[in-house]
Amino acid sequence: MNLTERLQRKLSENLPYEELVPAEQPIYVRSYVYLFGVLTLASFILLITTGVILAGFGPQWWHSSNVGHFFNSVHYWSAQAFFFFMVLHLWTTFFQGAWREGRAVTWASGVVIFLTSVLTAFTGYVSQQNFDGQWIAIQAKDALNSTGVGAFFDVLNFGQMYGFHVVILPAVVGLLITGHLFLVRLHGVVRPYPLAAGRILNAQGDAVPLVSEEAAQ
Amino acid sequence: MIARKKEYYRGIPTAPYDLVKELLVALGVVTILVVILSAVLSSPDEPPLTIKKIAQQDPVGFVQAALNELDGTSGIAGYGPPYNSSSGSVQNIGPISPQSWIGVHIPVNTAQDYVLGPLSQVSFTDVALATALSQYDKAPSAEQGKWTDAYNTALAKATVQGSAVSVPHCACGPVPVMMSSMLLLGQRGAMDGQLLASNQFYRTDYSRPLLFLADAGAVQSHAEDLHLLGTQWGVMNETGNYPGQAWMWLYTTLYQIWPFNVAPLATTAGDLAPMITISILSLLILLVPWIPGLNRLPRYIPVYRLIWKDYYGNQPPKGQERGDE
Repeated sequence: MNLTERLQRKLSENLPYEELVPAEQPIYVRSYVYLFGVLTLASFILLITTGVILAGFGPQWWHSSNVGHFFNSVHYWSAQAFFFFMVLHLWTTFFQGAWREGRAVTWASGVVIFLTSVLTAFTGYVSQQNFDGQWIAIQAKDALNSTGVGAFFDVLNFGQMYGFHVVILPAVVGLLITGHLFLVRLHGVVRPYPLAAGRILNAQGDAVPLVSEEAAQ
Repeated sequence: MIARKKEYYRGIPTAPYDLVKELLVALGVVTILVVILSAVLSSPDEPPLTIKKIAQQDPVGFVQAALNELDGTSGIAGYGPPYNSSSGSVQNIGPISPQSWIGVHIPVNTAQDYVLGPLSQVSFTDVALATALSQYDKAPSAEQGKWTDAYNTALAKATVQGSAVSVPHCACGPVPVMMSSMLLLGQRGAMDGQLLASNQFYRTDYSRPLLFLADAGAVQSHAEDLHLLGTQWGVMNETGNYPGQAWMWLYTTLYQIWPFNVAPLATTAGDLAPMITISILSLLILLVPWIPGLNRLPRYIPVYRLIWKDYYGNQPPKGQERGDE
C-alpha cells in the first residue's frame, strides 16, 4: 500500500465526506451558542475579501478615496465582528469543557488562532499610515524591544508590518482555521456534561451511559 | 455517521443540520451588520503627524529635539538595544534581560542621522552652514559639548517671531547656524524625506522619522489631546471613540495595576513584566486541557446548564442529580 492509498484509507475511515460536511448533528447542537464559531468564520471571510480589495488598490488608496474609506470601514468592522464572535466562541467552548474526550488539540489550536489573530490585527493597526498607526507603533516598540523581539520585528518599519499583515499572518490564520475545522469535524462536537452520576440524559429523558470523566479528560 | 461517532453519540438523537446554509446565512447576517456599521459609524483616520507640522507648530520644541539628538541627550540617543549601545531604556527582571542579550540590530546614531547627515546634504548651497559644519566636525568633543550646553541654556530664553526662533547671543560656536538650518529643513518638509533617504531608491522603513517624532514629544502631546494615553484609559482605544483593540484589554490593564505600575517593576521592567505575565496567562489558557483541576473547572460552573438548557429539558428526578456540581 503506497502513501496515497494509506491517506485514502485514513480519510475514508475517519473523515469521509459525509463526516467532513455532515447533514445531521446531535440534537443539542441546536443552540445559538453553536453559531459563534460559524459567525467568526463568516467575519474572517469578509476580512479576507475586503483585505484583498484594500491591498489591491495599495495602502494609501483608502486615505484619499471615499470608496476606499468605505472598504476600510467594512474591513475595520469585520475585524471587530471577528474578535467579538471569536471571544464568545472561546468562552462558550470553555464553559462546555470542549477539550474533553480527545479534543485537547482542537482547543489549543483555537487559542493559537486567537493569539495569531491578535498579532494580525496589531500589524494592521500599525500599517494604517495615520496617527493611530504612528501612536500604536511608537508605544508598542518598547514592549517588543524589551523582549528582544523588536530587533527582528520592527513595528516602525511599515514595509515589514504591511507584509506581515497582508500576506504572512492571514495565511497562517487561514491555515490554522482550516486545521481547526478539520479537527472539529474529525472528533465531532463534544457531548454535554452529565447531569447524573455516570449517566447523561438525552432529549427524551433517557439515561445514557457516559464514558468516565477521568478517562475523558 | 461512522461507527466511532455512532458509538460516541449512542443514545443521543440526531437531527438534520444544514451546515452550508448556516454558513451562508451567517455570512449574510455579518455582511449586513458590518455594512450598516460602516455606513453609520465609518472608521477612524486621523492624519499622521509630520516633522514639517511639528516644526511649524512648535519651533522651539523642534529645535530642542534636534539639539538633544545632536548632544546625545534625547530618549533614543540613550535608549539602548536594538538602536544603540546605551542603556537608558534597557529593561530587566533580575538577570533576565532579552533586550541586552539581543544587542544592536537597527543602528541609530542620533547626531549623524538626525542632524549632521541632513545638514550636510544641503550645505553645498549654503556657505555659512558648510563652514559651521566644518567647524563643529573639527572641534574636540569637549568643545562640542560646551557649545551645545551653552545653546541649551540660551534656548530656554528663546522667543518665537513668526516661524523663526530668536535665541539670545551665546558662546555656542557653530551651533546657532546649524540649528537655524535644522529649523528650516523641518519647516519646509525636507527633513521628512531626508530621514527616509538611503542608498536604495525605494524605502518603506519609517523607523528613523518615527523615533524622531517620539523624541520631539509631539506624538505624546497629540495623543493626550485625543485621549489615547494609558492613564486616560486609551491605550487599547483609538481616535474618535472607536473601540480599537479591545481584545487587548487584559494586557493593557496590567500597565495600570499593582505591581506593574510601581517601582521596581515600573522602572526596570515596565513593559517586560506585562509581556512575560501575558505570555504566561496565554500559555495557561492554551494548556487548560492538560492542567489538572483547571480542566475540570467548567464542570463546576453552571454556565454549561444554560448552554445545553434545551437539551437538559427533561431534568432527572430529584435525588439522582449530583448536588450542584
